[in-house]
Amino acid sequence: MTVMAFNEALREALHEEMARDESVFVMGEDVITHGGPYKVTDGVAEKFPGRIFETPIAEAGIVGLGVGAAMAGMNPVIEIMYLDFITCAMDEVVNQAAKMRYMTGGQASVPMVVRLPCGVGRLLAAQHSQIMESWFMHVPGLQVVVPSTPADGKGLLKTAIRSPDPVMFFEYKRTYTHKGEVPEGEYLIPFGKADVKREGEDVTVIAIGPMVQKSLEAAVLLEDEGYDIEIVDPRTLSPLDTETICESVRKTGRVVVCGEDSSFAGSVSEIAAMIAESCFSDLKAPIVRVGSPHVPMPFSAELVKHVVPEAANVVSAVNRVMS
Amino acid sequence: MSLTQEKCLKMYTDMWRIRLFEEEANRQTNLGNVVGTLHMYCGEEAVAVGVCANLRDDDYVLGTHRSHGHCIAKGAQSDKMMAELFGKATGTCRGKGGSMHVADFSLNMLGANGIVGAGIGPTTGTALASKIRGTDQVSVCFFGDGAAARGTFHEAIAMGSLWQLPVVYVCENNGYQQWVPRKNVAVVDSVADMAGSYSIPGVSVNGQDAIEVYEVIAEAVARARSGGGPSLIEARTYRFYGHSLGDEQQYRTEEEVEERKRNADPINILRDFMTERNWLTSADDDQVQQRAGDEITRAAKFAEESPWPEMGEVGTDVLFDAKEVA
Ligand SMILES: Cc1ncc(C[n+]2csc(CCOP(=O)(O)OP(=O)(O)O)c2C)c(N)n1
Ligand SMILES: [Mg+2]
Repeated sequence: MTVMAFNEALREALHEEMARDESVFVMGEDVITHGGPYKVTDGVAEKFPGRIFETPIAEAGIVGLGVGAAMAGMNPVIEIMYLDFITCAMDEVVNQAAKMRYMTGGQASVPMVVRLPCGVGRLLAAQHSQIMESWFMHVPGLQVVVPSTPADGKGLLKTAIRSPDPVMFFEYKRTYTHKGEVPEGEYLIPFGKADVKREGEDVTVIAIGPMVQKSLEAAVLLEDEGYDIEIVDPRTLSPLDTETICESVRKTGRVVVCGEDSSFAGSVSEIAAMIAESCFSDLKAPIVRVGSPHVPMPFSAELVKHVVPEAANVVSAVNRVMS
Repeated sequence: MSLTQEKCLKMYTDMWRIRLFEEEANRQTNLGNVVGTLHMYCGEEAVAVGVCANLRDDDYVLGTHRSHGHCIAKGAQSDKMMAELFGKATGTCRGKGGSMHVADFSLNMLGANGIVGAGIGPTTGTALASKIRGTDQVSVCFFGDGAAARGTFHEAIAMGSLWQLPVVYVCENNGYQQWVPRKNVAVVDSVADMAGSYSIPGVSVNGQDAIEVYEVIAEAVARARSGGGPSLIEARTYRFYGHSLGDEQQYRTEEEVEERKRNADPINILRDFMTERNWLTSADDDQVQQRAGDEITRAAKFAEESPWPEMGEVGTDVLFDAKEVA
């Protein structure tokens, strides 16, 4: 185990996979000159010359080329500088990458990873702060991965790169500097395997991305109130580990589902609906969702603080399901 | 529109207003009052003023992430702009947009934009609206050299040309696209050369020289206004600051920046032009700077003293109240 930041863990995973497999290559804006805004592609150009392409500002082109290269047997790892710009390449993601295997009766494989720095970071308002997990969860043929810790970042990115199908890989900007222990070398986390980040008896808190850390903080505060919180991190939203989630729900009977994105038709909503369908008779209280209100991200710091959910929102949600 | 002393003085004054506005915004960032980031326009002012000096109040302008200059040159009030950068309720967008989204619809300045290349389609659309309505308004789109790589550039200009719309496409080619020199990611050096693909005129000008910009744009605006269709003008320019605040600028040398500041400061170039014609005495010059300085000081004070938006603002402006429609 080595202690490193989330972005360093991703970089390690990328370097290891590039060393392991010559078909892995990198493409994106500013990925050579700057190593990307979060330095995840730093050092790749020096170590793997000819396998990193710094692109013009052309997201549709970047992802389009990625689809083609992937169908021709390569493993592109694409960086979209900010997730918001993936909207410029929606055809390439949704109609091309996601549909190829199915439409061709299984002939095509699109082993492409699209890395998506997302969420609020510096305050950059509505076009630089989005999350959109549920957009891609809704598309069959895509895998949606949301690591919350450096170790998960490494293990999930390595699996993503080896996956024969397209992966939308969400990296929350505020997580890049978080530090944690990361296993050395070969460390892979299977998709569709949730992780219980904290065991507890009273309430199941299902937390996505940065809400894992905030829920851990909430759990400490809730200890004082005498509540013992279990925190389940799905880690991949598609495929979704319904088994681990339901197992926890059956134990506690009370559920809070937390994400940073708007909960209206959001990733948390699918999880809440799944639980209502599968575990209705185990529930002792209605399920509560924690997320942002259904509004674009404002600019003003004064407004942002009413949008992004924090540990306090988890605490009050737990109080609601306990009352 | 012919070049007059008055026009020159207006351009010169606006360049100072832009320069001092940004330097103040930068200072306010260091004080912690302006948050997020700033894409500084310093060094490129001649483009905004040279273009906007040819426009009427009802002409449309759309900008980029680097649009403080476009807004001021189109007539936006510096105090409301500064308040927007602070995130205050009195800002041009009531604190919801910030630096990258300053807009003033009362001036047909339809906004800066956080998405590279996103303004090119909508500007062609405002031009389409003018054509449908039969007005003689002109639409101007500012965009960076990086935006010329986007599909929006190709798709929108193709239609602008197809329907001979009253639009002027103004590319601010500053040689960099975020942290990457243009030459690393583009084969075509001059964006003006791309005009041929759409059968529209393409002209490259020295974007540090407000007079040169003014004259070439005057022709393009006249053509657009009289039904002659679009033009693509490339202004070769240079940004004095990094891409956005906090940029370490490892991709260029300090000498390069210093050389440009020394030899290609658009303010100095216009000052020399005016001085040669006896259009600007040093007393006039002092007065211009003094007034611009005072205005910006007042703007900062206004922003500082303005109230924060109220919590309820989070949920307003998402949609128009549907009850008033049906
Ligand atoms: C579609 C899209 N892709 C990427 C970005 C990130 N980005 C913001 S500004 C910029 C560089 C733009 O270069 P250019 O168009 O030349 O304008 P300049 O910054 O030089 O004025 C990039 C890559 C973005 N905002 N939108
Ligand atoms: Mg540029």
